[in-house]
Amino acid sequence: MSTSAETVSKKFNIDTVENAAKTPDTELPWAELGLKQNEFDEVVKVLGRRPTGAELAMYSVMWSEHCSYKSSKNHLRQFGEKVTDEMKKDMLVGIGENAGVTNLGDGWAVTFKIESHNSPSFVEPYQGAATGIGGIVRDIISMGARPVAVMDPLRFGAIDHPDTARVMHGAVAGIGGYGNSLGLPNIGGEMVFDSVYQGNPLVNALAVGVMRHEDIRLANASGKGNKVVLFGARTGGDGIGGASVLASESFDDTKPSKRPAVQVGDPFAEKVLIECCLELFKGSLVEGIQDLGAAGISCATSELASNGDGGMEVELTSVLLRDPTLTPGEILMSESQERMMAVVTPENIAAFEAVMDKWAVEYSWLGEVTDTGRLIITWEGEVIVDVDPRTVAHDGPVYDRPYARPEWQDSVQADSFTGSVQDAGRPSAPAELAAAVTELISSPNMCDKSWITNQYDRYVGGNTAMAMPDDAGVVRVDEETGLGVALATDANGRYTYLDPYHGAQLALAEAYRNVATAGAVPMAVSDCLNFGSPEDPDVMWQLAEAIRGLSDACMVLGIPVTGGNVSLYNQTGSTPIHPSPVVAVLGKLDDVARRTPSGWREDGQAIYLLGTTAAELDGSEWSNMRGHLGGLPPKVDLAAERALGEILINASRDGMIDSAHDLSEGGLAAALVESSLRYGVGARIALQDVLDRDGVDLFTALFSESQGRAVVAVPRSEEIRFKDMCTARNFEHLRIGVVDAASGQLEINGVEPLPLESLREAHEATLPKYFG
Amino acid sequence: MTELPLIGEAAAAPSAGSPDTSRLAGAKIGVITFPGTLDDRDAARAVRLAGATPVALWHADTSLGDVDAVVIPGGFSYGDYLRAGAIARFAPLMSRIIDAANSDAKLPVLGICNGFQILTESHLLPGSMIKNDHLKFMCRDQVLRVENNNTHWTSDYAAGQEITVPLKNQDGQYIADEKTLDALEAEGRVVFRYVGFNPNGSRRDIAGISNTAGNVVGLMPHPEHAVEVGYGPESLDGIGGSDTDGLGFFTSVLNKIVGDAK
Repeated sequence: MSTSAETVSKKFNIDTVENAAKTPDTELPWAELGLKQNEFDEVVKVLGRRPTGAELAMYSVMWSEHCSYKSSKNHLRQFGEKVTDEMKKDMLVGIGENAGVTNLGDGWAVTFKIESHNSPSFVEPYQGAATGIGGIVRDIISMGARPVAVMDPLRFGAIDHPDTARVMHGAVAGIGGYGNSLGLPNIGGEMVFDSVYQGNPLVNALAVGVMRHEDIRLANASGKGNKVVLFGARTGGDGIGGASVLASESFDDTKPSKRPAVQVGDPFAEKVLIECCLELFKGSLVEGIQDLGAAGISCATSELASNGDGGMEVELTSVLLRDPTLTPGEILMSESQERMMAVVTPENIAAFEAVMDKWAVEYSWLGEVTDTGRLIITWEGEVIVDVDPRTVAHDGPVYDRPYARPEWQDSVQADSFTGSVQDAGRPSAPAELAAAVTELISSPNMCDKSWITNQYDRYVGGNTAMAMPDDAGVVRVDEETGLGVALATDANGRYTYLDPYHGAQLALAEAYRNVATAGAVPMAVSDCLNFGSPEDPDVMWQLAEAIRGLSDACMVLGIPVTGGNVSLYNQTGSTPIHPSPVVAVLGKLDDVARRTPSGWREDGQAIYLLGTTAAELDGSEWSNMRGHLGGLPPKVDLAAERALGEILINASRDGMIDSAHDLSEGGLAAALVESSLRYGVGARIALQDVLDRDGVDLFTALFSESQGRAVVAVPRSEEIRFKDMCTARNFEHLRIGVVDAASGQLEINGVEPLPLESLREAHEATLPKYFG
Repeated sequence: MTELPLIGEAAAAPSAGSPDTSRLAGAKIGVITFPGTLDDRDAARAVRLAGATPVALWHADTSLGDVDAVVIPGGFSYGDYLRAGAIARFAPLMSRIIDAANSDAKLPVLGICNGFQILTESHLLPGSMIKNDHLKFMCRDQVLRVENNNTHWTSDYAAGQEITVPLKNQDGQYIADEKTLDALEAEGRVVFRYVGFNPNGSRRDIAGISNTAGNVVGLMPHPEHAVEVGYGPESLDGIGGSDTDGLGFFTSVLNKIVGDAK
């Protein structure tokens, strides 16, 4: 392949298939493109000759870890295998397409997916995060859906590290700058600071879209003679090799900056593309459609052809370019944003072009669907790619990477927080406990996130029923019936580090609980598995365990994984990030008017704690604040999660509760403070019954992170009914207090009263203090 | 989400608390869409909830048809890469709107956010918007004071009434020279002022203004996002406002249209 430095005009030495067959010994830069020796040998074997420069470009990106899932594929199978018929009944499209589709009823379908854009967001935070939104939104459009909301789970380095502000400012502004311009409300996400993410921030993006059943579109090119069209932005030199050299390798200070491998986004072009695609769908003008993301045209052509019933022939010089000096290989690898590829029947060409013209979107006809079973790409008529598309898109290498439980795992698990050096001087006096609560809720991970969320538009569309800081984001789908969806994303890298199998389950349990807390029935899962290098057996074990744990837990909870993404090589040098499986759960509300907000409002309502509390401080936010990480994460009890979920959903449906907040990081202390600050309404709390029943002290009751718990506010008139329901379901519940609107404070027996005003001040001061 | 019938094919759905819909449903309020417009469906919904019939207008249209009023909704027209509203101002339909607003018929025009920016670029309203003084996009529930309830779009409010509506923008800092600001104050053309917190550094806390006749009103905050219980400011931030404080814009203009027609 010629390099761009040599090519100032279009006069390349085009490496044709014919030429490749004649010159088997030509040196090719496969290693620079990220291929391993065995993989290059496999390409030669598949083709029966050396690849051309253009073919090498295609195989190198499509066989990258990012595109081929070669290290995780053998494990990911479990998501498809551990599924019951019951779990499949609402799944309209499963894993493998751009995004899974779930039946919502009334003819509505919902599609959602979470993806990573980690590496680009470290190299160039604004564009990295912005194009992360752009990419996931195009996945949703490709399914035929109108995107209706986005969410962003973020994990950055230590809050006080000088580089964190660069990444934070850039990524948040990028998510806002792009997402706000698309008219998509941002309804939630996460924000975690931990030094393990210093050189490897995690910027994940989730998008959700809705459609009528008949509008579902798939990525395949079928029907001989149908035309292949590329439309949207022009192809430029940005993002070349993003998937192979950026997302599939670890960073290393000795190499030059990889900034040119990051794509640059144009949200206006994307917004127009959304409307334009929806108009195409409405007129049934496309047979198959695929967005261009990682691996650009290489991916779109090979996947469309591979999923279809024939082959495809494409003339590469027909691609509209921003930079006329691009080589064929660069055009094939470019990850320029805001592009789509579609297959159109000859009869629909005129109508298709009319839609393009209306929205002033550029397009070019590249070629057509054939019946040869080959993907053929020509350059001025000369064949530069002649491959079986399946070998590019689907039959890439698969690795059974060695993995083993790390030697250090036992000693980490043996190092409990309780009794550790960091546990010395555990607060117990009323003043100490009040100070501890304040310290907790102003800590980097527990503080108010509105510095971030106020930079995102949560209103646009007019269907946002809940957004941050509630437990889940809720969006109305049908304005006549009130049908809607709830979404939550969760992960806890610390828990997962301590125990990957259960840590991943805890992430699922929390997202499930959050959705149920909002009153929605959990239906489907999408996951973004952020891990270190799969070539490290310790990391590979974490990945294998997390996938096993997650797939097992999905079976118990009865909700299937419908899609997601794996992001590996998240490490600096030989130090991997904490294993961070980010789990998104989607739930359904028959009427979003019945959703349950997280804050107290009505004076005199009874506050109940659901679930029991054990001494579980290992991996907790409290132990994090004290600089300790060891022991075992809180115990997972999926049956209890399911029972709790049913109580929360029924109580919401029958009007038995007016607020609900799940207990997770920061335990009861965080939940009580957040419930009172939500609407500025205080409460009086007495935990003696909890201490007696569960055999814990007040500190533990407040800061333990035992799972399967929630606090709810019950109107007086509903109290008997609510208690009867919990009793009938054999679920532990205790009345722990009463909403006190007049007091202006959170009063917990045994803790000095906490005025809401000072709690709010402490809660809200942290992010502005570090980020302005 | 439901694709709202932007074209007036469906009769306005009556909703609780909205005015006499049978009388108002005949009123047609146009909502214009540019490439990059984002809040057009929301504006159409507000029109519908107020009792009128929303009519979709396309930037490239050359006729306003028979609409009784026009809303220019928020968004990032043409990406706002040049200067907010600077390109949209040259759309064919904007010329019609400028003519109709300045004609004797005094077509009521409301510009929200990007729409306000387009109105200043069109010189239907004076001044301009620059980047927020804190340089960030800001989304929050904002308290406004209705300084003038004699415009076509504010007659259903009491003078001095405080309302809460969402605010969300990047370029929301209203500026004009001192002479213009003095004139706006003197003529009662400052229609809305930020209360408690100036979210973007706007001169004299100005959130919205009108032309001399009061038929053209522009503001940065978004009344169309405060028209429905459960989806407005109260449900999200609970700062004590109402979910539906913004509905008055749309009922005001309807009363004006229907009143004039009598």
